[in-house]
Amino acid sequence: MSIVTLARFQFAMTTIFHFFFVPFSIGTVLIVAILETCYVVTKNEQYKQLTKFWGNIMLLSFAVGVVTGIIQEFQFGMNWSDYSRFVGDIFGAPLAIEALLAFFMESTFLGLWMFTWDRVSKKLHLLFIWLVVVGSMASALWILAANSFMQHPVGYVIRHGRAEMVNFFAVITNAQFFYEYGHVITGAITMGGIIVAGLSAFQLLKKDKLEKTTVALYKKTVRLGLVISLVGSISVMGVGDLQMKALIKEQPMKFAAMEGAYKDSGDPAAWTLIGWANEAKHEEVFGIKIPYMLSILSYDKLSGSVKGMDSANKALIKKYGKRNYYPMVNMMFWSFRVMAGFGALMFLVSALGLFFTRKKKAILYEHKWMLWILGMMTFTPFIANTCGWLITELGRYPWTVYGLFTIKQSVSPNVSATSLIISNTVYFLLFTTLAATMVSLVIRELKKGPEYEEQQLQLANQASVDPFDKGAF
Amino acid sequence: MSGLQFFWFLLIGVLFSGYFFFEGFDYGVGMAVQTLAHNEDEKDQIVATIGPVWDGNEVWLLTAGGAMFASFPYWYASLFSGYYLILFVVLFGLIIRGVSFEFRHKVPLKQKQRWNWTLSIGSFIVPFFLGVMFISMVKGMPIDAQGNMTATFGDYFNLFSIVGGVAVVLLTYLHGLNYIALKTEGAVRQRARNYAQFLYWVLYAGLVVFAVLLFFETDFFKLHAVATLALVVALVVLTVVAHVASFKGTELVAFLASGISLVVVVALLFQGLFPRVLISSISPKYDLLIKTASSSPYTLKVMSIVAITLVPFVLAYTAWAYYIFRKRIKQPVVVGEK
Repeated sequence: MSIVTLARFQFAMTTIFHFFFVPFSIGTVLIVAILETCYVVTKNEQYKQLTKFWGNIMLLSFAVGVVTGIIQEFQFGMNWSDYSRFVGDIFGAPLAIEALLAFFMESTFLGLWMFTWDRVSKKLHLLFIWLVVVGSMASALWILAANSFMQHPVGYVIRHGRAEMVNFFAVITNAQFFYEYGHVITGAITMGGIIVAGLSAFQLLKKDKLEKTTVALYKKTVRLGLVISLVGSISVMGVGDLQMKALIKEQPMKFAAMEGAYKDSGDPAAWTLIGWANEAKHEEVFGIKIPYMLSILSYDKLSGSVKGMDSANKALIKKYGKRNYYPMVNMMFWSFRVMAGFGALMFLVSALGLFFTRKKKAILYEHKWMLWILGMMTFTPFIANTCGWLITELGRYPWTVYGLFTIKQSVSPNVSATSLIISNTVYFLLFTTLAATMVSLVIRELKKGPEYEEQQLQLANQASVDPFDKGAF
Repeated sequence: MSGLQFFWFLLIGVLFSGYFFFEGFDYGVGMAVQTLAHNEDEKDQIVATIGPVWDGNEVWLLTAGGAMFASFPYWYASLFSGYYLILFVVLFGLIIRGVSFEFRHKVPLKQKQRWNWTLSIGSFIVPFFLGVMFISMVKGMPIDAQGNMTATFGDYFNLFSIVGGVAVVLLTYLHGLNYIALKTEGAVRQRARNYAQFLYWVLYAGLVVFAVLLFFETDFFKLHAVATLALVVALVVLTVVAHVASFKGTELVAFLASGISLVVVVALLFQGLFPRVLISSISPKYDLLIKTASSSPYTLKVMSIVAITLVPFVLAYTAWAYYIFRKRIKQPVVVGEK
């Protein structure tokens, strides 16, 4: 296997694994902050139990997210050294700012938050978790500013054989950046809501064995989770729609591949609901079409045509020279359908879930199959997020920086295939272990339940233990 | 070389110094979990000394890496690709140790020992391999005209680089012991001091070997004789100060001295590199220079404004966090099934 393939595989594997935990953390930390706000405002101890309970699950996600994030920063230099040389003048800046502005903030205040329960005033403790929310959302901001440059380079000139920044303001006000950031953040918020509602639903399946107070707590978080995922999923669909419309102009090849369209569409354009492509021959094998639908999706009206991959290919050859511009079409086509399908499903389940848990007639808790559906939804954001990134990154093929620098040019020329095979294998084994541990620990926290810590505290009676005793300095 | 380029070379040095000063004792504490503690309660007590701060400390490394990428992309690219497998092992260490903090107190008691081990082993791997990397880097590596390093096993691992790796492990371990002595009460505190008092004798021997190898293996004494000598002397003085402080029981002095000695090591390496950032063993004309490895003046200017604006805030709230956690730790703070 070539080093390009191995390095691409590594990037995909490490990024997908890392991104399981990024939106998980961003979403759940927001919910934890909301729960603690409820506690501080209402002084209801139940909210404190919920804050700590969901906080424990959030902390597990954070731990794995942080450590796998270090790989991301290192691998640009390790696997993609020529890319780093070409684009470091611009790309490095947001990465450095991310560490300085966001990472310090989220990790310092998360540390403070974890260890200062009942040690500082309630309001100060609440401030800590909100600063973690700000920090985590700011970190997404800067890394996506960097990614947006790769998708749609702005504010640069080519000088001394590399891309040099001439306008920092242009780099951080890139239109692409607003779409990406909006999409990722609303996606993360949706994910947080779905995970909290879904895991609570799983617990409610065995509600006959639980204390009445515990059941009430889970019912609270089902509702809270669903409200958040409803708001989130509506926003994510809105942003996604805008993003698609921009894509038609900015990256027509990516758009056409997502729709599996080789030929230009007629006017009005029909939309392929499901289909399959023969990627070697550049032709569609079969497709089930809905008339007018693609015109509606693209332009919000009943007319208008879109370019297919063949015309996009011709235009790209004319502009950038001869090479293969076709991305992995089936992968893109199906990733898009899975992502959008799960997105719509999350919206539907959130809306119906809220309806069926309304005060007057909360029938959702009585039907096991409804709880099962809500529970299984927990897994959907992981799949949808992964598909979303596959579209974004695979659709940029053959570029690392769109129109400027190709994947083949980017790879480290001095890293051997053996090194890459070793690191790929070890990463794979390591990630499998981490994922398995993570899942088992989340299940363990769930089994303990929200009231566990309170009971333990009462048992231990705490009085004998004072970790903060004499001043050291 | 412009003033901005020099400023960023300095700043990268400062960031790595901050990393070794802060994260240095975290590694020491991590290694101490399996080497200093006698029972599970003591392990919890030791881990609790860094529980709230280790994650923030690690960000120094990420900031140093990110700042190097932004300000010296050619340095970043050549260094990180050239030390591919070494940095891969460092990442492996960082990962297994980072998750251990969270996992070890959430897993069932039976599995806890497993994550104590990953914590200690990870905390050993990282400083050792970073030591090997930085020491072989200042000795010079086979870097070609394109800035690509094509090194063999002997370039990475030789007497000098292994002594360097061991020295960094020893320095961080001692820094961690001094920190534990400063931050705990009871048996652990006394034992940490006893360990440190003994290990400083080993460190003296190590420093002599290191200084001799530095003389023969690098061009530091030829290029910057005065600065190199002054920093080596400073290193020895700080070691003596820390050792004496450990005997006298002035734990804060011992801790600061061991921390500053790590800073002096970084300063020693960076001044020796100057005005280069990477040394080619093939030919001096392939050396990467501050002058040619940096980003454009515009990027450096933007990043300077960002850094000068943000760093004071970071330092302020980091200091605040340490102030909040200023108390000694008497007994384990972990609440769970015991």
